[in-house]
Formats: sequence, structure tokens, C-alpha cells
Amino acid sequence: MLNDELKKLPLDAVHRASGAKFGAFAGYDMPILYPEGLMAEHGWTRSQAGLFDVSHMGPCFLTLKDAALTGDAAHAAIAAAMERLVPSDIAGLKPGQMRYSVLLNAEGGALDDLMIARPAAPERQGMLYLVVNAGCKDQDWALIEAALGDVATLTRADDRALLALQGPAAEAALEPLLPGVAAMAFMELKLIETARFGRTLVTRSGYTGEDGYEILVHPEHAGAFAAALTADARVKWIGLGARDSLRLEAGLCLYGHDLDPTISPIEADLSWIIQKRRRTAADFPGASRILEELKAGPKRKRVGIRPKDRAPAREGVEIHAGGRRIGVVTSGGFGPSVGAPISMGYVEPAFATPGTTIELLVRGQPRAAEIVSLPFAPHRYKRSAS
Amino acid sequence: MITKFTSDHEWVRLEGDVAIVGITSYAAEQLGDVVYVELPAIGKAVTQGGDMAVVESAKAASDVYAPISGEIVAVNDDLTGNPQLVNDGAEAQGWFCKIKPSNPADLDALMSAQEYQAFLEGKS
Repeated sequence: MLNDELKKLPLDAVHRASGAKFGAFAGYDMPILYPEGLMAEHGWTRSQAGLFDVSHMGPCFLTLKDAALTGDAAHAAIAAAMERLVPSDIAGLKPGQMRYSVLLNAEGGALDDLMIARPAAPERQGMLYLVVNAGCKDQDWALIEAALGDVATLTRADDRALLALQGPAAEAALEPLLPGVAAMAFMELKLIETARFGRTLVTRSGYTGEDGYEILVHPEHAGAFAAALTADARVKWIGLGARDSLRLEAGLCLYGHDLDPTISPIEADLSWIIQKRRRTAADFPGASRILEELKAGPKRKRVGIRPKDRAPAREGVEIHAGGRRIGVVTSGGFGPSVGAPISMGYVEPAFATPGTTIELLVRGQPRAAEIVSLPFAPHRYKRSAS
Repeated sequence: MITKFTSDHEWVRLEGDVAIVGITSYAAEQLGDVVYVELPAIGKAVTQGGDMAVVESAKAASDVYAPISGEIVAVNDDLTGNPQLVNDGAEAQGWFCKIKPSNPADLDALMSAQEYQAFLEGKS
């Protein structure tokens, strides 16, 4: 793809002025690296606050067509529609609560992973806020419209800027700009309107393992909002490169790598996204396979891997044990905070126990490695509000 | 001592009857933070333009080709514990290995410092 065919972020000029190196990702010309480099950016996010432009992603709203329904009844109706495609308990979301889930195909494989949130305001019930992956958004939205179009309208919001502020200083840096964010808990959604930045939709969430926020801003306010954030000495722009090393250390899946249409949420070690009511009802796509895997165990399982030497084992590296292939690496590289190479991959369940010794075939050479529990770097989410 | 350069961004400098080789400062800057260097075994025969080493940055793995043919007679063991040396001094303390050339004329095909500089400017 030629560069001029790539879509530009709303804040493209800001990233260019910041000296970012760009690269193509999911059809967008994305800032991959800033002048300080991946290691420094990664470390800054873990110790201060990193600002990520993730406007390439797919935020959207689902709105119930039946305007006669209000309050809990409206939520129940929109949730029932969403539950046609995901195995999570959407009906059970409290006002202002968000859940991580996956869109499933009929075989119980993951078509994408996504965030699903219920607005807090009484007048906005019967609505859901979704964020899907950049590379999947067109297919996802077509799927959602086809599956739920009878009861809901999908409104894409990817013309806005989506910024993620991540790290221990995120709360202190954001609260002065968007009062009220400090009181939010992990996986909470809040609509915050200010004179300076208009209507912003804030979730306390992210993709780094750190405490932090993702903020959806209207494009006319995005520049001023980003400028106000980066005026804080604790906040620096962070590129897509460090976003990947941060999420890998946090043990989070990257769609298209650690998740794909053949992989079930049980294989991906995401059984926690399927709440009890949905297991009992068995009413989601691929339920027979998924419930069977819950009972009898999956054929493969996502695990963390620590090479015993310094050679990173990247995506596609074969995993061997007992002289045969038992799995494959789906994400791998160097973990700057771990200070060593780290990988995730899928192995046969007999080899998935932490402490199991395996071999990684890096450039044809077997190298010793060990199965470890995820995450590699501890999550520091704000489980309860301050 | 004259340093020569390849279009794949390796450098080679003949010191006596042994050539010291590495990747250029430009290559190191493009790679970003180097996290691992896989060096060849001592005694290994390498061919000009053939595989010699692998350098891994935080972003990706890249092949490093032998700038000349010959036999590996030494490797920079300091890179094992401190791959960052490649970023600190790609054309000095971040050298990769030493090759005993089998065909000294291999060097003639490579670029001078000025030619390499012009080559880099032509790329941008």
C-alpha cells in the first residue's frame, strides 16, 4: 500500500511535529516510534504517563431502535441483541460498567476482541459503547449490523480521536482536565463534558497493564486536549511499538496474532469473559464447542513463555517438547520491564503448566525455555476508586 | 586502515590480515534499541553476501550478511551481555566479528565512506 493511500489520524500533524517515525498499520499511517525510542517510551509509560493515539481503532455506538423502551428495560433489550454475538453477560452490566469480550463465529472462534460498555446516564439506556480493533472494524460493523440490525442502529465514531493515557501518573495528569476521572474505577465508563474539550467519553481501561484511561474526543477538540495533556511534564507521546511491548508484558492478546477465527476463548485462557448466566443458557455462537472445552479442557492453551537465553522468540517460532512439535509462538519479543525476551503462544494442555521446560526453534536452533504464568509484568489496575 | 561499506549496511575494516566487521551507525539507528545479537560460531566459513549474524531490535529481527568471504576467527562476546553496545558505537565497540578473508579482492567491490554516504542520501 502506498503511503498516500493510508488513512491519516486526526492528530497526524502533531505526531509529525513530535518527530515520530510512521508506519502502516491496519490501513492507517501510524506513529510507531518517537525520538526517544521504544525502550524509553516503554519505561516512561510504566513510571509516568504515556499518551497513545489509537484513533485508528473502532469506537461505535449501538442504539436501540425502539425508543418506547427506557431505563433497565431498554438496557435489557440492547444487551439481549449484543449477546447474540458475544458470550459475556451484557445484560448484567451495571450503568457505567464496561466488559472485555470477543465476537464469536458459529464455531466458537474469535472474530475480534472488543470492549462493551453500558452508559451511566438514565437517559442513555438502550445504548452500548463498543470499541473494536482497527483491522477488523469494517467486518465487525457489517457483522453487527447484519446480526442486530432488526433492533439496533450502529453509529461509528471513528472520525473522533481516541487517546489512551496510561501509567501511574495518568490519574493526576487527567483529573485537572476532565474533573471526575480520579473517582472512576477500572472498567468504568463516564461521559464528561467540559467547556474546553466538549463531550468526552472516558473509560478507565487500557492495553498496557497500567492504570489509565481511554478518552474519545470530538476531532475539533482533539488538538487542544492533546496539547493540554502533553503540557504536563509527566505525559509523553508513546508509539505503537511500545504499545505492543507493553501489552505483551501485560499478557494481553493482540487480535490476528494471539486470537484468530480458529481460536476459542477457552483456548485463549479467556474463560473468565463467559459469566455463569451465559454458560447455563448456552445461547451464544459456538456454545457447544466452548462449553465442551470448559468441561473437558481445550486442545491447546495460550501460555506465557520465558526463553532461558537472550534470543527473542517471535511469532511463528515452533515450540517443541519430547522431540516433537507441541505448539507455536503467537507473539514474542523483548520485554523492556522484564529485562529479558518474552513470548506468548499456544501449546498442548499437557505442556501448559508453569515450570514446564520446552524448546523454541529459533532460526532452526532449539533453545531452552520455560512455560510461565501470565502476565509477565503485574497489572496495576485501579480496582476500586479513590 | 580503510573502512568499506555494503549496500546492506555492514562495514568492514582490514586490520593486518584480519577484517573486523559490524553494522553501520545508520543501520543501528534504523533498528532502534538492539536487544540481542546472534553471532556466528568461530571457525565458520562465510560467503560474501551470505548469512553471517542476526541482530534483533525491540521491534524486529534482521539478518546481517557477510561483507566478504572467509572464516570467522573471533566474535565480540561483549555483545552477548550488552547488545546495547551496537547502539552506543556501531562502528567501534559494537563490532560483530572478525573474518580471515579468503579473497581480499572482495573488498574492492564495496563502497568507500563517501560512496556509502552518497548511497544513504540517495535513499532519502
